[in-house]
Amino acid sequence: MAEIESRANAGAREYITFRIGSQYYCVDIMSVREIRGWTPATTLPRAPGYVRGVINLRGVVLPIIDLADRLGFAPTEPTARHVIIVAQTGKQVVGLLVDAVSDIIDMPADKLQPTPDVGSEAARAFVIGVMAIEDRMISLIALESVMPTQIGEAA
Amino acid sequence: MDPMQAIRETFFQECEEQLGELETGLLSMQEGAADDETVNAVFRAVHSIKGGAGAFKLDRLVKFAHVFETTLDKIRTGLLAPAPALMKTMLRAADVLADLVAFSREGGTFDDSRSNELIAELSGHSEAPQAEPQAPEEEPEANPFAALGWEPVTLEIGSELKEYVIGFRPKPELYAKGNETTRLMRELSRLGSLKVHCEIADVPLLANLEPEQSYLSWRATLHSDQDLAAVQAVFEFVDGDCHLDIEAVDTAHLHEPSALETALEIEAEESAPDPLIETKAALSEMPEPAKAAASAPESRAPREPAKAEAGAATQNTIRVDLDRVDRLINLVGELVINQAMLTQRVLEAGAVKNASISTGLEDLEHLTRDIQESVMAIRAQPVRPLFQRMSRIVREIADATGKNVRLKTEGEGAEVDRTVIERLADPLTHMIRNAVDHGLERPEARIAAGKPPQGEVRLSAAHRSGRVVIEIADDGRGIDRPKVKAIAIKKGLIAADAQLSDVEIDNLLFLPGFSTAETVSNISGRGVGMDVVKRSIQALGGRISITTRVGHGSTFSLSLPLTLAVLDGMVVKVADQTLVVPLNAILETMKPKSGEVYGLGPDSQVIGIRGGFTPLIDVGYELGFRAHRADPMSGVTLLIETEGGLRSALMVDAIQDQRQVVIKSLEANYGHVDGIAAATILGDGRIALILDTDAVVHRSSGRSAPSEMLLAG
Repeated sequence: MAEIESRANAGAREYITFRIGSQYYCVDIMSVREIRGWTPATTLPRAPGYVRGVINLRGVVLPIIDLADRLGFAPTEPTARHVIIVAQTGKQVVGLLVDAVSDIIDMPADKLQPTPDVGSEAARAFVIGVMAIEDRMISLIALESVMPTQIGEAA
Repeated sequence: MDPMQAIRETFFQECEEQLGELETGLLSMQEGAADDETVNAVFRAVHSIKGGAGAFKLDRLVKFAHVFETTLDKIRTGLLAPAPALMKTMLRAADVLADLVAFSREGGTFDDSRSNELIAELSGHSEAPQAEPQAPEEEPEANPFAALGWEPVTLEIGSELKEYVIGFRPKPELYAKGNETTRLMRELSRLGSLKVHCEIADVPLLANLEPEQSYLSWRATLHSDQDLAAVQAVFEFVDGDCHLDIEAVDTAHLHEPSALETALEIEAEESAPDPLIETKAALSEMPEPAKAAASAPESRAPREPAKAEAGAATQNTIRVDLDRVDRLINLVGELVINQAMLTQRVLEAGAVKNASISTGLEDLEHLTRDIQESVMAIRAQPVRPLFQRMSRIVREIADATGKNVRLKTEGEGAEVDRTVIERLADPLTHMIRNAVDHGLERPEARIAAGKPPQGEVRLSAAHRSGRVVIEIADDGRGIDRPKVKAIAIKKGLIAADAQLSDVEIDNLLFLPGFSTAETVSNISGRGVGMDVVKRSIQALGGRISITTRVGHGSTFSLSLPLTLAVLDGMVVKVADQTLVVPLNAILETMKPKSGEVYGLGPDSQVIGIRGGFTPLIDVGYELGFRAHRADPMSGVTLLIETEGGLRSALMVDAIQDQRQVVIKSLEANYGHVDGIAAATILGDGRIALILDTDAVVHRSSGRSAPSEMLLAG
């Protein structure tokens, strides 16, 4: 919550919104490095199911996280139309596999509401807060939490 | 880092270089090459360290370096002969000097008794037992030629020395531009021995003196092995601002000091402990040009230590931040991958028939490879400094064990990646220790065996088929195989009735928990065994082997990759995944025939190879790429060897290619994956994982005792 409060003073921020199934999520645009199409990933042995493997991003070994799987939805069946959001948290760069990127939104930080107290553990763990845009609810993803715990240790 | 700290850091970096020079020089002097150039280089090294140390007020270092320098100076001027005993002391003094530098740099403890002992020893060798730098003016008195005011340098080595008479009369512009005679004379003094005489006849009476005018002129006599151009170069920056007249004198007629000269000259080699302060005090009352005059004669003062000399000696090198080099190497790695991808795409597009495109691609490939090699060469460094460190280890160990040892090095110029060199220091130190401690016999035993009493350890490096081979050979007793075997049995490493070949016995030395030292001495008892050595070598992608001839000595050979940025690998297919197996782990590849594979227990298989049985590991199953074991007959097996001599057969579906791959970190963005060493990018742009064969074998074998595995091979 400290993070939300500090953002309240920072004024408006921009977010990239994307779709997983019929729900909308977003990440802070400052953490997004690029957006690219899906390319087949090299499977990592004994990795958690939501880690699709690694791809070559101009020479960088980029782990791909299936965000749908991570949030508790059915694993994505990636096609050429799927999108990878390349995002950076700390020193690590990861690719988030999502269905489609929809928009860039401008949002005053004080519009971010705390995550409603829902039953889904994944939602509570990976969503920092929610915001309302027109008739949609958009959940802000906590990037550092979606990585497998092993990543944190290795860092 | 504040600027002072940065300068200090530079000083210590230069110290490292000087210490290297010093050691090289002393060693070649010990070999009998006590020519002027070597002796001067050695002297310069110590002198520079002392000078810099003085600037940083590192008193202990200054004090020791001074005594060292004094002795060296005596050798330089021919007053002392570089006898073997003296050279031994000098080498030990170089060690102490290195320790003092390290102590000054990093702090910690330093045992003064060691330096004091050597100070006494050095002073004992020189005729003037003058240990304290506080009283250097007494030194010349010990010199029989002191009365002449001139040491007979020219007589000793006169054939190579030239004499120059330099007339120098500055114009006022010279001072106006901030130049000083002192500096010029000091520069001159670096070229050889210098005598300076100041002409004061033109100085007017005080009433008539124009403070901004120049009244003084100098006559300098220089004995140097440098040519005229070098002497002229000193005055390069004051060209036009002075009347300069340099005359090369025929050295045949020797110099006879006039009374005036004798009165004014000061020993060029003499160095006061803190000349800066002394001269300052003396000079403060004089007008500017006169200051220069008075301070000019204290020519060889150690005030600008490393800078000027490094400028002269380091010629064409630059210091570059390692990060920048690594970035360049990474980028070239990308280039190599990109080039491979481009070639593959063009092939796929069917454009090969177009001759100009395929020629272009070939050119690109050659260029890329050239660039890669050149960039790798930047990180490559000669093994010389590493070998130099070893000569010290040998000295220490020889002293500690009472053995008489000579280290012979060969191929110090061979270049290897910096990281490889850094990580080689510990294993090499250990192996050198072993060679002296365990390999060589005591002098009396050597004589009894009909060998010269002095043992020899040979350390050599050579490039062989894209790798560097480092050999540590001793001419000692060789490996005592029955003893080795007995120890292995005693320690439970092998069965008592095991039948081992000679090679297998030799390899027992690399087993964890094996140490032939019956008593743990402070030499071998440093907590590292040969198993650790082997593991560090393997971690570098290298291999180690022993050959021994009983009674004639043993040779340890290390074969190392030249770089850690690329790796020779075998590209294999496992359950639709492409993997790379490091080539250095693979002993051989084979296709299992039916009847060679046996089940052992519910969940293990072994393969029969030439009468022995080796565990068979399905890589795809082990990494979780498939749920069930594949039929061994459908694949190919790679016989590999891991640390500790374990042999295993890894089963893969097919071998695709053998090529050099660029190593990419998996840890940077993800984390460590058990069984995987790193990643790489193949020609199709996809990532392939590099197999960590050791981890796969260990995972598969669980806690199997290594002895069983060894015998199974």
